[in-house]
Amino acid sequence: MQVAAVKEYAGTPRDGVENFHGNQLLYIGWDDHLMFCAPLTFPFPPTLRFGDIVEKVLPGAYGYHPDWARVDWSKVEWLKSGQPWTPHFNRTLAENGLGHKDVLRFRTPGLTGIQGSCS
Amino acid sequence: MDMQVPKKKLGLKERYTLMTRDLAWDTSYQPKEKVYPYADYEGIKIHDWDKWEDPFRLTMDAYWKYQAEKERKLYAIIDAYSQSNGHLGVTDARYLNAIKIFLTAVTPLEYMAHRGFAHAGRAFPGPGARVACMMQAIDEMRHAQTQIHSLSNYNKYYNGFHDAPHMYDRVWYLSVPKSFFDDAITAGPFEFIVSVGFSFEYVLTNLLFVPFVSGAAYNGDMGTMTFGFSAQSDEARHMTLGLECIKFILEQDPANLPIVQRWIDKWTWRGVRLLSIVAMMMDYMLPKRVMSWKEAWEIYFEENGGALFKDLARYGIRMPDCCEQIRQEKDHLSHQVWAAFYNYSAATDFHTWMPDEDEMKWLSQKYPDTFDQHYRPRFEFWREQQQKGNRFYNKTLPMLCQTCQIPMLFTEPGDPTKICYRERDYKGSKYHFCSDHCQHIFDNEPEKYVQAWLPVHQIYQGNCFPEGSDPTAPGFDPLAAVLEHYRLNAGRDNGDFEGSEDQRNFEAWRGMAKRND
Repeated sequence: MQVAAVKEYAGTPRDGVENFHGNQLLYIGWDDHLMFCAPLTFPFPPTLRFGDIVEKVLPGAYGYHPDWARVDWSKVEWLKSGQPWTPHFNRTLAENGLGHKDVLRFRTPGLTGIQGSCS
Repeated sequence: MDMQVPKKKLGLKERYTLMTRDLAWDTSYQPKEKVYPYADYEGIKIHDWDKWEDPFRLTMDAYWKYQAEKERKLYAIIDAYSQSNGHLGVTDARYLNAIKIFLTAVTPLEYMAHRGFAHAGRAFPGPGARVACMMQAIDEMRHAQTQIHSLSNYNKYYNGFHDAPHMYDRVWYLSVPKSFFDDAITAGPFEFIVSVGFSFEYVLTNLLFVPFVSGAAYNGDMGTMTFGFSAQSDEARHMTLGLECIKFILEQDPANLPIVQRWIDKWTWRGVRLLSIVAMMMDYMLPKRVMSWKEAWEIYFEENGGALFKDLARYGIRMPDCCEQIRQEKDHLSHQVWAAFYNYSAATDFHTWMPDEDEMKWLSQKYPDTFDQHYRPRFEFWREQQQKGNRFYNKTLPMLCQTCQIPMLFTEPGDPTKICYRERDYKGSKYHFCSDHCQHIFDNEPEKYVQAWLPVHQIYQGNCFPEGSDPTAPGFDPLAAVLEHYRLNAGRDNGDFEGSEDQRNFEAWRGMAKRND
């Protein structure tokens, strides 16, 4: 059953990529840093260089955390939909195979938040 | 001369029959299926509506009489409370933030419950069920009104109380209660009555009303306490109706059992997710605490709810399958939710703050296995930063669960250090969930939940700015535009309690009430 209804019924999704004025959504979460209570939602054009996210966007989002300055980007582990994944910093989101509403997580080995509490 | 023959007084039972079921009739111009078009499509089979046992014998005239008496008492107390500046007698102005949440998140639900029961009352073919639903529909309307009247007193003095219905339809966190009730009233009449009449009113309502009403009593808020008591006798009737409905449906046909069980599983989970806001209210927002969320959960759900499900076992009903996860979350829920509102306090109509040292001690004592290890370091860090003038605000919008619409703040069952992520593809699009249970709800009816109005996505689509805004104009400030769209007064209604206008005014007015300067 796709829905309980008195007659044939199809819902219209509200979040199709065509509604975002040329952007697509990307969700990003920083593992073991629950000071940021949930993963974040960003609208990005698919032509954006992946490295620009890490270099220009994420510092504004995560820079408040004392661990941020200590992140060693050569050691960061990425997950896409929970599976290990390797980004190419000089390629665009589209070239990296990132689609609308994809979810990325990054792990920063050795950094476990305020007093090691994963905060 | 006519003889005056004294009329025979009707017995209670006879009178009740005449004034309720006897008012119903069988249709003859139109087939019954056309008059009751929503009675069958959910798959519930009812063979004999006459087997419906009226859970209470109440006729309209008696109903008006009882309710009018309660109203007179309620309004007399509210009057006395407001004329004597009762608001200055609450424990602390922080308390009022819990009441702001009640007005914006709960009162509109009472109104939606009114609409839902009016619809169910129209849709059920059985007259007994129709009368009961009609009375509950009127009760719910009364609750919305008495709450608005009681709380309007605070609107004269404090920020954030000024536009609850407007905010209910727009503000990001209010999409959680709104989507809960919209889900219920857009279901058929049987699912509605199981969702609200049983799962919410019977299983969970004590976890909403007891904390708020006791919280009001403990914190000197006679207005809220009084409408709570005035609603209580109605609530007892609502609970009886919820239970009667479940039993009636299950006794009518064995094929109804799996459908009802799926609804109980779904609505217990949706209700618990909704009540996470009450959890944080109990543990963080009441200056004088009543009991911890965990204690309330153990008494009202694990003990009382456990006994109820034992009673329903003879119909084949089992405990909802989400209970194990809820048991694990009770040690974490209030802390995680309060932390999330602290993150996004710039965009709410109430204030947040970090607990002081005494309050942290209380939390450590109530949550000995989790608070010091997982939450105290974070909260102490935030408190230090706030005292240094570097108060933390999360400036990027969060990822939301497609079903409950809460930011994805809940951790993996069994691992409180990792956010719980769930996702699935449906018709070529990705959908994300905070939990297995929210995903199962989506999986059962994807065509319903793909339509979710997720506030974060709506903001990014440009649908939450004041009319006529030009987001491409130079200097356009999206956060300011969203707050204006919410009718939220930035700098007064939102942000940290420390330094707020509410805090300053309460101190000044209370000082004037005690001193002659």
